[in-house]
Amino acid sequence: MLSPKSKPSYGVIVVPDRITKKDYDTVVIGGGPAGLAAALKAREKGLETLVVETRDRLGGIPLQCIHPGFGIHYFKEDMTGPEFVYRFIDKLLSTDIDYTVKSYVNMAEYVSPMEKKLEIITPYGTEIVRTKTIIYAAGARERTRYEIGITGPNPAGIMTAGEAQTLMDMYGVMPGKKILIVGSGDVGLIMARRFVLEGAEVVGVVEILPYPSGLIRNVQQCLKDYGIPLLLSHMVISVKQRNGRVSSAVVVKVDENFKPIQGTENEIECDTIVIAAGLKPRTKLLESLGAQIDPRTKGPVVNEYFETTIPGVFAAGNALIINDYVDYAVEQGELAALAATKYVDEKGIRIKKPVKIVLGRNMRLIVPQMLTLTSDALFYGRVARPEDNVWLSFKEIGFKIPQLKVLPSIMIRQKIRLDKLRMLETDTLTVEVIPRD
Amino acid sequence: MYRTIIIGAGITGLSIARWLTRYRGLQVIVIDKEPDVGWGVTKANTSIIHPCHEEHPDKHPLRSKLCLEGHNLWYKWVKELEIPAKWPGEIIVATNDEELKGLHKYIDYAYRIGVPGVRLIDRGEMLRLEPWINPDAIGGLYAPTAGTINPMMAAIAIAENIVDNGGKLLLGTRVEDIVVRDGKVVAVETSKGGIEADIVVNAAGLYADKISRMAGIDDYSIHPRRGQYLLFSDRVDVKPNKILHTAPTPKTKGVYAITTVDGNLLIGPTAEDLPEEAREENTTTHQGLDFIYEMASRILRKLPPRNKVVKTFAGLRPEPSTGTFIIRFHEKPWGFVEAAGIRSPGLTAAPAIGKHVSKLIIERLENIEPRKDWRSKRQAIPRPAYMAPRERDKLIRENPDYGWIICVCRKVSLGEIMEAVKRMKKIGVPEITLDGIKFRTHSMYGDCQGSQCRPHIAYLLWKRLGIQPWRITTKGDGSKYAFTEVKALLRGDRGA
Amino acid sequence: MTRQVKKIICIVCPRGCEITVELEDGKIKSIKGYSCPLGKQYAEKEVVNPERILMSIVECVGGDLPVVSVKTAKPIPLSRMIEASKALADIAVKAPVEIGDKIFENLLGLGVDVIATRPCHEQRG
Ligand SMILES: Cc1cc2nc3c(=O)[nH]c(=O)nc-3n(C[C@H](O)[C@H](O)[C@H](O)COP(=O)(O)OP(=O)(O)OC[C@H]3O[C@@H](n4cnc5c(N)ncnc54)[C@H](O)[C@@H]3O)c2cc1C
Ligand SMILES: Cc1cc2nc3c(=O)[nH]c(=O)nc-3n(C[C@H](O)[C@H](O)[C@H](O)COP(=O)(O)OP(=O)(O)OC[C@H]3O[C@@H](n4cnc5c(N)ncnc54)[C@H](O)[C@@H]3O)c2cc1C
Ligand code: SF4
Repeated sequence: MLSPKSKPSYGVIVVPDRITKKDYDTVVIGGGPAGLAAALKAREKGLETLVVETRDRLGGIPLQCIHPGFGIHYFKEDMTGPEFVYRFIDKLLSTDIDYTVKSYVNMAEYVSPMEKKLEIITPYGTEIVRTKTIIYAAGARERTRYEIGITGPNPAGIMTAGEAQTLMDMYGVMPGKKILIVGSGDVGLIMARRFVLEGAEVVGVVEILPYPSGLIRNVQQCLKDYGIPLLLSHMVISVKQRNGRVSSAVVVKVDENFKPIQGTENEIECDTIVIAAGLKPRTKLLESLGAQIDPRTKGPVVNEYFETTIPGVFAAGNALIINDYVDYAVEQGELAALAATKYVDEKGIRIKKPVKIVLGRNMRLIVPQMLTLTSDALFYGRVARPEDNVWLSFKEIGFKIPQLKVLPSIMIRQKIRLDKLRMLETDTLTVEVIPRD
Repeated sequence: MYRTIIIGAGITGLSIARWLTRYRGLQVIVIDKEPDVGWGVTKANTSIIHPCHEEHPDKHPLRSKLCLEGHNLWYKWVKELEIPAKWPGEIIVATNDEELKGLHKYIDYAYRIGVPGVRLIDRGEMLRLEPWINPDAIGGLYAPTAGTINPMMAAIAIAENIVDNGGKLLLGTRVEDIVVRDGKVVAVETSKGGIEADIVVNAAGLYADKISRMAGIDDYSIHPRRGQYLLFSDRVDVKPNKILHTAPTPKTKGVYAITTVDGNLLIGPTAEDLPEEAREENTTTHQGLDFIYEMASRILRKLPPRNKVVKTFAGLRPEPSTGTFIIRFHEKPWGFVEAAGIRSPGLTAAPAIGKHVSKLIIERLENIEPRKDWRSKRQAIPRPAYMAPRERDKLIRENPDYGWIICVCRKVSLGEIMEAVKRMKKIGVPEITLDGIKFRTHSMYGDCQGSQCRPHIAYLLWKRLGIQPWRITTKGDGSKYAFTEVKALLRGDRGA
Repeated sequence: MTRQVKKIICIVCPRGCEITVELEDGKIKSIKGYSCPLGKQYAEKEVVNPERILMSIVECVGGDLPVVSVKTAKPIPLSRMIEASKALADIAVKAPVEIGDKIFENLLGLGVDVIATRPCHEQRG
């Protein structure tokens, strides 16, 4: 079943390449930014590396995000999604990293600390591959109308923002003409502008929170620039249909506990409802391996190496935690690759002292959720509610960083050096947001 | 040659048709207004093959007989037709003494109808049989024969088998009138023209009363009784092995909690009587869904949170004014046959209704012989992700499309999708729909409800078959998936 | 003499500073609230002539995808965004296209080119 490996010419990646070996040091699952960055770093460090991607091409979500806003941190340049991710793809194609597209990891088995077995289904047959480590970077999926409790009939014309974006910007297909958007995160805001720029009418963006959950600059350049109405403290409770296609959304005002206020129902006519209500890490394969899932991040529980509770299985990107920026996904991919290298070299990651991270005041979620106390730690977290003028505090080590403003929609990123962490005397470390003075 | 037209490609009409294809001398045609089979009541129900001990043997003698007979036929049918099914048994869970007392009568019914194994169980045994039952419950009634199937897969399998045996399906064709001449049915008028007929069978589900009226029969009417459901992700840990059921009260028949053959927890239904004209009101409401959630929490130890719901939907029961199945061969007009008012347990009874109705027809016709070449078997679409590697690789070697998993929630390959399209064409669907593909392959059927795979599937259909995404519909009619090309709106071709 | 105060959200970086520009007879008198020079530059431009980068897609014939994604090489006036997008509705390019390839020259006579942001390779088989 093996064929001689031939690298396609520059940039051509529609033809699946092959798996050439039976044993790898690391198998990266997912060929998006996190996975590509992980693979490049792993190879740079000398690991035999394989990337497995289910779609017909490498690149992940940024392939379809044709707006600028990518790479500001990583390349210090403002690029569109495809431009950003092709830097990684092109680089990967110039190396001898194995990759296979249209390929799906059907089963993963933990055999021993230095051996995991993967069953991969590909258009050229089933491949059984052994690997010392796995870097899981399968990204996230979007929440659906059912997960946010929109009732009514089940007509055509209700889709997630990502589905609409794939149709429009990968395949050149217009999903609708009169659009209502649910969710004012960056994804919802960006899609609102995309629709307007292609001649569709956006009748509104509905947001349950009393403030927009995306960046203010996106509220400006996506909604205000084009006069698109933003309905704050509102939710869509049900839909109506005509001839099998959605014909309107029933929108209602909510109180401060997000409960609908009776008598404020309002029907908004539209032929398409785009759900941009957030993402959920894909964790199916991790769950099948028995990895512990954090009910807050909805991703795996990890230590500062982004190692899951299964030894040698690492996670990065949106499969680990939902990131605001692709740059963070890439950063996590690289860190996971370094950790995998350490794991391969040292036959495992040792624990100096197991520490549990505890969520304190106004913290909603965080990774890592545990520490081994053998390395610096990079924390990513989100607050529960907006606050001004606060400290981000790592309580037991007495470490505080001032923050002018914290918002649930803006991820907090904070590195803590090992020497600081070593000051910890307890086996828990509380991360909290506390008022200044 | 007698031409038999069956109106309605639901589980009832299809089962009747399957029986009729066993005979030489009959031409079997099934007509449905929808572009595919099973899109009426058959699409949205609890999917249980009932043990039939809840039927009143005196009040509904025919129904209880057909229920049990249908139940027993399903064992054979699911094997012949490769329909996903399982037979875990059912427990009616009592949460107080009154409910418990109410269960005694079913033992009597079971005895009289002939349902095996039905017995009362105490709390201890109940919790051993099904640890997911709420420990506050006090006892229950166990019926070991209960099963569940995937009703859409069943309808599709039967339809394929009918066509394989020379029957014909006219889908996307609405029956508008029935022509009676000299006291006999002679033809049906449809949205696509008239078709002559010797026998016309009315299996039109929610619209059966309207069809009967076309033949001059108006001694009953049908109203919809809505049932709403919540379907949870196949990845929640709450997975009762047995089919669970709240004790019926005079007001409600009770709410079920069941792990479907596809591995999802399904809870429901409500029982809401709607006005006669609300026959398309298969919509969910917050009240309805809240009610189900509350009822299910009485019989389950734990319920998954609401954000683990992958789909909510509603079905409409065709409730006949007579309260019972209406199955008869009319002498006036001669040749008009009814299988109407097929409410619950219509799915269970379907194979037996089919047998019963076909007998009513055959015994009135001459020169009808059983066929020797009738094919009982139909093969399901292969599912590579669930095969052993060796078998899978054989399939992939023949067709590499089976090696590309497109839908990651349900692990469905492109090969399965293309095979589904081929089969849809073979049974004569007038258009390829996304729902048609969904019901055949279970792509777009998992946690993400197609948000990840649907655009790619639509694109691949475009590339492979030339069906543009703005020509494809989700469920026929005006349910188009997309409108036009991206740039067309700016160019001003608003029509699309 | 007319005095005017304009509040602007800076869109140059994700921080989104709120910048206040004071105008006198259409001339800038003061700019406050920015946190870096880029923000100041942006505000100066934004009060007189707001400009944005346009991103869209263009049909790609014979490609492995039906469309190629594009952007304007420089910002164009906000008021002409939709008109500009429309100008891209009637054109098509032929595969192969690489990132940075010029797709359209001098859009709406603005002296700005449209360039590809995603490759579109020739369709095989
Ligand atoms: C509309 C939108 C706008 C955005 N805008 C910006 C922005 O302006 N700036 C910014 O910095 N970020 C932006 N982002 C965020 C950015 O796209 C993500 O952070 C980034 O794509 C995450 O990378 P990832 O590699 O973790 O996941 P993904 O990009 O999702 O890649 C995961 C890959 O894994 C593959 N996969 C999944 N399951 C399997 C499996 N079982 N086996 C093999 N492969 C699998 C998938 O097909 C996919 O290719 C935006 C996102 C969206 C949706
Ligand atoms: C909420 C609910 C729960 C249920 N649970 C169970 C259960 O667990 N177990 C069980 O055994 N039963 C159950 N049932 C009952 C079972 O689903 C039905 O009895 C069965 O599906 C009825 O099938 P049918 O073929 O008679 O009707 P349908 O499936 O409705 O078929 C009738 C067909 O006729 C077509 N038609 C109508 N008018 C025309 C026209 N003018 N021209 C052409 N075509 C026309 C329709 O399009 C439709 O496809 C339940 C029902 C509901 C609603
Ligand atoms: S002023 Fe500077 S820091 Fe503030 S948003 Fe603009 S570019 Fe960013």
